[in-house]
Amino acid sequence: MSLLVVLKRVIFAAALLPAAALVYSAFTGGLGANPIDYITDTTGLTALSLLLITLAVTPLRRMTAWNELIRLRRMLGLFAFLYACLHLLTWVVIDWFFDFWAMGADVVERPFITVGMATFLLLLPLAVTSSAAMIRRLGRRWQQLHRLVYVAAITAVVHFWWVVKADFRQPRLFALALSVLLGFRAWWTWRTRASSRS
Amino acid sequence: MAWSLGPIYNAAMLIRKAPDIRYSEVTPKSLYLRRREFIQGATGAAAAAAAALLPSRASGQGGLPKLPNVRKSAYSTTETPNDYDDITSYNNFYEFGSEKDEPQFFARRFVTRPWTVRVEGLVTWQGMYDIDSFIKPHALEERIYRLRCVEGWSMVVPWVGFPLANLIKRLEPLPSARFVEFVTLYDPSQMPGQKVPILQYPYVEGLRMDEAMNPLTILAVGLYGEVLPNQNGAPIRLVVPWKYGFKSIKSIVRIRFRDTQPRTTWAIDAPNEYGFYANVNPNVDHPRWSQATERRLGEFRRRRTEMYNGYGEHVAHLYTGMDLRKNF
Repeated sequence: MSLLVVLKRVIFAAALLPAAALVYSAFTGGLGANPIDYITDTTGLTALSLLLITLAVTPLRRMTAWNELIRLRRMLGLFAFLYACLHLLTWVVIDWFFDFWAMGADVVERPFITVGMATFLLLLPLAVTSSAAMIRRLGRRWQQLHRLVYVAAITAVVHFWWVVKADFRQPRLFALALSVLLGFRAWWTWRTRASSRS
Repeated sequence: MAWSLGPIYNAAMLIRKAPDIRYSEVTPKSLYLRRREFIQGATGAAAAAAAALLPSRASGQGGLPKLPNVRKSAYSTTETPNDYDDITSYNNFYEFGSEKDEPQFFARRFVTRPWTVRVEGLVTWQGMYDIDSFIKPHALEERIYRLRCVEGWSMVVPWVGFPLANLIKRLEPLPSARFVEFVTLYDPSQMPGQKVPILQYPYVEGLRMDEAMNPLTILAVGLYGEVLPNQNGAPIRLVVPWKYGFKSIKSIVRIRFRDTQPRTTWAIDAPNEYGFYANVNPNVDHPRWSQATERRLGEFRRRRTEMYNGYGEHVAHLYTGMDLRKNF
């Protein structure tokens, strides 16, 4: 078994852990006094973390020149989307119990929910077009489409920032990580352009 | 947030927590009581007198000393109180961590005796008061109140305390006193959250004099018939049931009577989000979220938030003619 396959399996198992922990806690009373908030927070933070880890694949690949790493990216991205779905479903089913009128009002009136919903809608086409067939079919446009992930990562961090009341240590950390990841890309683009000109 | 260091603290605390078994777990209550009978029978009145001096820990929810002679109150709601465990594990007490499950751990070693309350400002009986002599003149009542947090959740809490009005009358404020300001202890060595620059410490809250004198306003020293747990604001805290929870300041060390409106902690932190009055009001939203509904802990569906948290008949008159959108 190649190192990459091992890595892939380890990441697969690790990405399922937060969901497994939630299920376990649900059966052992570990969700605390406000289980709905706990599930919402856990799924949201896991989605955001996985999204940033997905964005770390390319910088890592460039720095290590281990090009096979790219084969982890789709799985990580889809896991991020899975947790984003769970996060949204928690809101729709458990938090509001299909009260679409109230949810609609929240999407319109509450900027942090507007931005969260936008994040989900940005991720949706990326998940839908993640199959090999779609990559082939879309060709060059696939790459253009998938640049939306940068926007989604920014709106996701903003969504987190705006929901926090006073303790901004965590959102700040995510914002910093995202700046590093996007900064790397800017620097890389600038460098390759500069070298191609000379 | 669920994902913070919470689980790690939990794990760490489990290790430290192990030797600290609940009193109620040491000996079954029935055995304990029987043993007490035995002791009383065997050694007579002397032993009984000695036992009476010890805080009784046989029963109760949290294994903390029971408070004696607690009367019922007509101001209590008939709604079912939340579980003791929920009330004591879900706390917004940033001095002991900004996650709600943190105070129960970080407040464990909090020292609440000796404790001094300083009374100052526009008041006759200024001075430093020892907490026990401060409370002693007051008959304790159980007040089962709804508590609505500005974040959109609520619970029903069986506090034990006494009306703030009784204390204020005893302290005899000067006619110029129009506001009462309360200050929480500042002691970063005991309150690790105060080392983190999230809020400006010490925590300050305040009431208009007529709000402070309202019969619903109490100083709480107990919960579920027992001494107040540290994470809930021991040894003494304010409870103002028609206002959002952050008004009900915890672990009070200073009470100051003033002629000007105090600057309160959350209003300093985000003046457009948290006002001085902070009355529960489903019609005035927080800038970032709706206040129309709330989730009662333990319930699945949201419920409608009531004006003044359902205490309008007792407090609405305090705000007649005021623009509640401006004075949020």
